[in-house]
Amino acid sequence: MISYLTRRILWIVPVLFAVTVITFFLMHSVPGGPWDREKRLPAATVKRLNAEYGLDRPLYVQYVDWATKFVTGDLGPSYRYQDRRVNDIVAEGLPITVQLGVMAFILAVLVGIPLGVIAALGHNRWPDYLSTFLSIIGIATPSFVLAILLIVFFGVQLGWFPTGGWKGPQYWVLPTVALAGFPIAVIARYTRASMLEVTRKDYIRTAHSKGLGNQAVVSRHMIRNALIPVVTILGPTLAFLVTGSFIIERIFNIPGIGQNYLNSIATRDYSLLMAMTVLYAFAVAFLNVVVDVLYAYIDPRIRYS
Amino acid sequence: MATQVAVQGQVAQRTRASAGLWSDAWSRLRKNKLALLGLILVIALLLLAIIGPFITPYSFSAQDLAGVRANRNQPLDPLQTAHILGTDQLGRDLLSRLMDGARISVSVAFVVQLVILAIGVPIGALAGWFGGRLDNLLMRFTDIVYAFPDLLFIIILTVAFRETFVGQAMDGLLLVFVAIGVTSWVTVARLVRGQLLSLKETEFVEAARAIGVSDRKIVTKHLLPNGIGPIIVAVTLGIPGAILAESVLAYIGIGVQPPRASWGSLIAEGQKWIRSEEHLVLFPAIAIALALISFTFLGDGLRDALDPKLKGKQ
Repeated sequence: MISYLTRRILWIVPVLFAVTVITFFLMHSVPGGPWDREKRLPAATVKRLNAEYGLDRPLYVQYVDWATKFVTGDLGPSYRYQDRRVNDIVAEGLPITVQLGVMAFILAVLVGIPLGVIAALGHNRWPDYLSTFLSIIGIATPSFVLAILLIVFFGVQLGWFPTGGWKGPQYWVLPTVALAGFPIAVIARYTRASMLEVTRKDYIRTAHSKGLGNQAVVSRHMIRNALIPVVTILGPTLAFLVTGSFIIERIFNIPGIGQNYLNSIATRDYSLLMAMTVLYAFAVAFLNVVVDVLYAYIDPRIRYS
Repeated sequence: MATQVAVQGQVAQRTRASAGLWSDAWSRLRKNKLALLGLILVIALLLLAIIGPFITPYSFSAQDLAGVRANRNQPLDPLQTAHILGTDQLGRDLLSRLMDGARISVSVAFVVQLVILAIGVPIGALAGWFGGRLDNLLMRFTDIVYAFPDLLFIIILTVAFRETFVGQAMDGLLLVFVAIGVTSWVTVARLVRGQLLSLKETEFVEAARAIGVSDRKIVTKHLLPNGIGPIIVAVTLGIPGAILAESVLAYIGIGVQPPRASWGSLIAEGQKWIRSEEHLVLFPAIAIALALISFTFLGDGLRDALDPKLKGKQ
């Protein structure tokens, strides 16, 4: 287990290396630079700025420089927000993005799993049809479309919630629901399929025949076993929530880090973009490892070597 | 199984046996109401995309400025004038624009899957067929691509190559195809490899090899027909993801270029009018959801039809 874990975590390093190298060289080869403004800066100024920030050096030197600083925890200066460091920008937005992601995750688990369980217990009756219908709608509705629909109905027409900003709990509702919609549907679908699978197992028949009450069988035997495969999709779900939130942040005008990603690409803010890329790639890779470990923890039958 | 029989039999029997697989699948698909609904919706979407633009009296980019001016420079509401679904603030017919969006979505749906097959099948096949170091190398490469956050990488690629020849071709659509394709082939490559690995060891392939069938014939006559089901399913189920990625790109303004009307760009434009003219965002939003639902239904149905063992999973 330990050696498996070490190998998995070490594997993240080459992955991050590849991701950063590709992003770095791709972005630097794109026409345009961080000094592009509405009014063109004089060529001499651009030259001086490039020299000051080291942008006139060969690309591989710049990459090595970036990587060495990154390892020591220095994400570099922002090119766009001069006099600000990327570390500060990330530190400012990250808590908001994490909060949004965590709230959406909790909502997805709290709604998705019961929805799937209810569907399976009422197999081929109306609870099943209702839940299946809802999860199909959820899977087919992209978060940004759901966000728009929520804004139209609950923001504009009913006026229950604000349509943008991040100033208090009532501002959190619509973005969280919009972000959680898709994961709710996926989790519900997996839970339902998994529950139906478990229902047919011998140990469930045994549990029934030894006289265990229905409720006890469901809660102690069925749900516990049915949730094992569900855990496998929590990793992709978390990854979706982390990387998918940027578009929700944009629609609802939330000051998280997701907005930085799009902005940094548009403004060629290289250092900010690199920080965002590493953050996302690391989050996705790391969450997958966490889920694998969790998987072994929940199901003692699974052994990694 | 079907091919196993055919190996010992004659050519005529083989053709009948492989037809059996497909007619079997078709009869299973026909019994699945949701899959049929999906199929009908997909066909409707195809028709809308292919012939719609020829039927509508308005071009997707034509501006009915007089109509909008008569309406105090506001977008026209649905059914207010001859524009059935109304217009945007420039007087462009929403229904015609939705049809152009259907065209874009349908082409993304199919072309991206072709790109995915063109990359994924050779990589998976090479890895599965030759094994050993090549397999190891290709699979590590696949792992790295898999670790990329898809959507983010698609965005970077699109921005990076926007100004190039590829980025300008076909109103920017070509770049969208390529960017989504090169980030999404991993599933297909792994699937092809897995299929090859398991089929390579089956008895009917061994039998074919024993009686001296050439490598090429083994691949085309035995491996492909037996392994293609899951690949078709993966490709169909990949379509909604491609359509979604395209609409996200268009929504954030780096996808297909104006005046072409992707559903995503329609939503982005309509969002400015969200307080008074909801129809401008509602119709494209419904269009995206319907397209994704229909391909999902069809894909699920195909999975159940082509591989009954998997029924109920996922």
